[in-house]
Amino acid sequence: MSKRKHPSGAASLSQYRDQHFRGNRHEQEQKLLASSTLYIGNLSFYTSEGQIHELFGRAGDVKRIVMGLDKVKKTPCGFCFVEYYTRSDAEVAIRYINGTRLDDRIIRTDWDTGFKEGRQYGRGKTGGQVRDEYRTDYDEARGGYGKMLANKIRRTSDVPS
Amino acid sequence: MDRRRRRTDSMSDDEDDDRGRKRRRIATDGGVDIEDRLESLITRVGEKSTSSLESNLEGLAGVLEADIPNYKHKIMKILCECVVKLPEKLTVYTTLVGLLNAKNYNCGGEFVEMLVRNLKEALKTGEFENARMMVRFLSDLVNCHVLVAASLIQMYDSFVEVTLEDNIPQVRSDIYVYLVLSSLPWVGRELYEKKEKELDAVLSTIDNYLSKRQKIHLPALKAWSNDGPHPQEEYLDCLWAQIKNLRNSKWIEKQLIRPYLAFDSVLCDALQHTLPQIIPPSHNKSMTYPLPRVVFRLFDYTDVPQGTVLPGSHAIERYLIEEQLNRIIHTNNLERKECAAALLGYPAKNKIPLNYMIVEVMFGQLFELPRSPYIDLFYGATFIELCKLQPTSMPEVLAQASEMLFERIETMHSICIERFVMWFSYHLSNFQYRWSWDDWAECVEMDPNAPKSKFVREVLLKCLRFSYHQRVSESVPDSFAPLLPPEPNPVYRYEQEGAGSLPGTTHAHKLISSIKSKCTPDEAAILLKDLPNQYPNGQENENPAFNPLKIDVFFATLLHLGSKSISHSFAALAKFHPNLKSLAEFDDGKVCLLKVLYETWKNNQQMMVVLVDKLLRTEVVDCSSVANWLFSFEMQHDFTSFYVWEIMHSTIKKMSRHVDQLQHEVDEAHDKQEAVKRKEADGLDLGDEDVPSDEAIERMEEKLEAATSAQKNLFLVIFQRFMIVLTEHLARCESASVDYNTPWFKWVIERLQQVFLVHHELVYRYVSTLELLLFTSDIDIHILEVFQQFCALRS
Repeated sequence: MSKRKHPSGAASLSQYRDQHFRGNRHEQEQKLLASSTLYIGNLSFYTSEGQIHELFGRAGDVKRIVMGLDKVKKTPCGFCFVEYYTRSDAEVAIRYINGTRLDDRIIRTDWDTGFKEGRQYGRGKTGGQVRDEYRTDYDEARGGYGKMLANKIRRTSDVPS
Repeated sequence: MDRRRRRTDSMSDDEDDDRGRKRRRIATDGGVDIEDRLESLITRVGEKSTSSLESNLEGLAGVLEADIPNYKHKIMKILCECVVKLPEKLTVYTTLVGLLNAKNYNCGGEFVEMLVRNLKEALKTGEFENARMMVRFLSDLVNCHVLVAASLIQMYDSFVEVTLEDNIPQVRSDIYVYLVLSSLPWVGRELYEKKEKELDAVLSTIDNYLSKRQKIHLPALKAWSNDGPHPQEEYLDCLWAQIKNLRNSKWIEKQLIRPYLAFDSVLCDALQHTLPQIIPPSHNKSMTYPLPRVVFRLFDYTDVPQGTVLPGSHAIERYLIEEQLNRIIHTNNLERKECAAALLGYPAKNKIPLNYMIVEVMFGQLFELPRSPYIDLFYGATFIELCKLQPTSMPEVLAQASEMLFERIETMHSICIERFVMWFSYHLSNFQYRWSWDDWAECVEMDPNAPKSKFVREVLLKCLRFSYHQRVSESVPDSFAPLLPPEPNPVYRYEQEGAGSLPGTTHAHKLISSIKSKCTPDEAAILLKDLPNQYPNGQENENPAFNPLKIDVFFATLLHLGSKSISHSFAALAKFHPNLKSLAEFDDGKVCLLKVLYETWKNNQQMMVVLVDKLLRTEVVDCSSVANWLFSFEMQHDFTSFYVWEIMHSTIKKMSRHVDQLQHEVDEAHDKQEAVKRKEADGLDLGDEDVPSDEAIERMEEKLEAATSAQKNLFLVIFQRFMIVLTEHLARCESASVDYNTPWFKWVIERLQQVFLVHHELVYRYVSTLELLLFTSDIDIHILEVFQQFCALRS
């Protein structure tokens, strides 16, 4: 793959690297630099494809949206991939959308190496995203308390008084 | 000698090739390249610093003086780059050049020489914005005793003489006048003191020119059609009025920082240079000049809080501040956070209402016609950052501005109303949809085509796309119910009450169960084979080219089954793509298919937009069938809805991208072939390079030609259909003797204007065909005017 120019400022690559990527760090970076796909995080479980399309469509022509699903329940679990027809439109989206609101939530956008079958599922033990297992806050749009805390609360309340 | 060995011991003393020398220099400098250090020193001077600007400049001039013997060329080049890239620090750099010239006369001369060379090049290649910065810089060099005032006047003379040339487009003389006018705030006073008579002569030539100038283009570029409360002036007229005011106040302005004043004693002893003659390159047809503009005015002094003074619209300070804010946006448009911070950090010398000026400049850009300088989203995102940085004051100013825009919406251009809707809905979506809707309750009672009512409806439609129906309806007062969009659900006639009596119902139900049990496209086609050639209501269809009932049963059922989400719909379209292709083989079938799409998704505009895009990209329908559908009878009652135009413009854009792509491929193939021919001629080894054959290129060119003619045809279809609906309306009004100028007429005529403006480069390619075939002198003047205004943009 040819060397790509590193985008500057808000459109540059973040520190995050997907640990499940098949290939070495260099290959991963080259793919990220050539990609037209974004990972979108911190979505509400209730945000629809249409809503995502409306916001990201304002940055350019969206090719497809892949909703992130709970591995067990097959329902949205708070992330998605947005693929553009061109790299430059994806760059516009990162520059102007990252850190703004969708469905009243501040969302995060990051470069992604491109969607592959299987990646639409949450990687947490219980089916959703890993971060929703360890969270300690109450987030109504993401299923309430984090899974571990929720279990603990349930166990405590099960104890007869 | 072995290269590798040489490199490994490049630090040894017997090393004397270029690479070795460079390495040694870097090494002795402690690893820092001197050239990089010079660049950093020069580009950073004038930024916030603990010591005064004057002492920084003095220090830097001293450093540069010492480096000039070795790095003269590099220093000159960096300075020339600062002229065009950092114009907000123009006077800082003119002072620096002045100080250098005072220390080293030759160095000043060489800098001027280089800048003049760059200026001539910029004028030749049409980089007029860079040229303007260079002209301004040269002008300010008179203040710094680097240039003789008389020689600057000579340059101005040769620029304003362009206004006397024959057979040139007005945009050419405009830009040369603009180059002079926009430099005068810097050097006016000096010229007035030293060369008053000559300056007056230049000004009177300009005055003469401006009073005779054509302004046919003006209505096409104004955000508001009327001039109340604030006139929306042509950019040269406005600047001229500001310059005349400046002249009346003896050329004294209060906005510019002039660091050279502190060095007067040093500078006045310096020897001055004479500018060489700079003759504007003569006009040629391939040259594109900047389009004229209109100055956007939203606020005046009564709108801003007490204690600050908004300079009047004809005060030169207004121009100077606005230009600086525009430059800040230009420099920072890729980084919204930096942009917001830089705008708010504008070093206001006087007490100006900065937030108001920022908001006016940002809206001025957003509403600029034909197109905003940057994508809509940039303005929305930057406004959000501005609100974050100044949470107590910025939201208030933005709300006040929105209120004013809404109040003046009746005369606002449709294109601007559309951008206003886009921004406002986006902004609301980031601020919990909170707005004082009650203030706008009057629109509930209005004609749905009245601009205020239309605006609110369209904003709510966009909010619906960003959120969901319940959220939108809960955000507005109950009285707004009539303005709310319907719930965005699909309509499927074959499962509605009374469907039993429809001719297609049995087939539709069979099709549903087959598709659900994963039938193949062929099996689905066989299922519909025996449907008669009728309309869904049972009426016979005489046209054998398409079967409306078959299209309705198949496509409506497919859309119904995929209606859960955009992805489900896409999957359904992809699987049954061959069926759709064959059902809509001819034009009538394509339009029929689009009508079925409308019947299904008329309550969900986003779905329509997204699915038309998909049908176009998968070549089930083509661009002209989309245009014909949008102009069809069935779409008439939605004709002023914004989504119709969203689809229209995205269709035109797709067409033009397709043409550009093919053009690019052809150019690339030619380049490759030529490169190979050159290599052959030089007797070089060709290796196994992939050379496109003549036949391959010919095929590509045929494809390009076909696409170009499809594009031309698309514009012809659109303009012709426009002409038909508008002419019909005018005739109807005339025979009923009622005023033709209805809200509907305003929407439609401005939509026509939008096609011209938004795609102006493209439409301009076909301007002679359009004039010959469509916009002939016998058509109605209201329609013809739109065409004439468009042509006047470049005349």
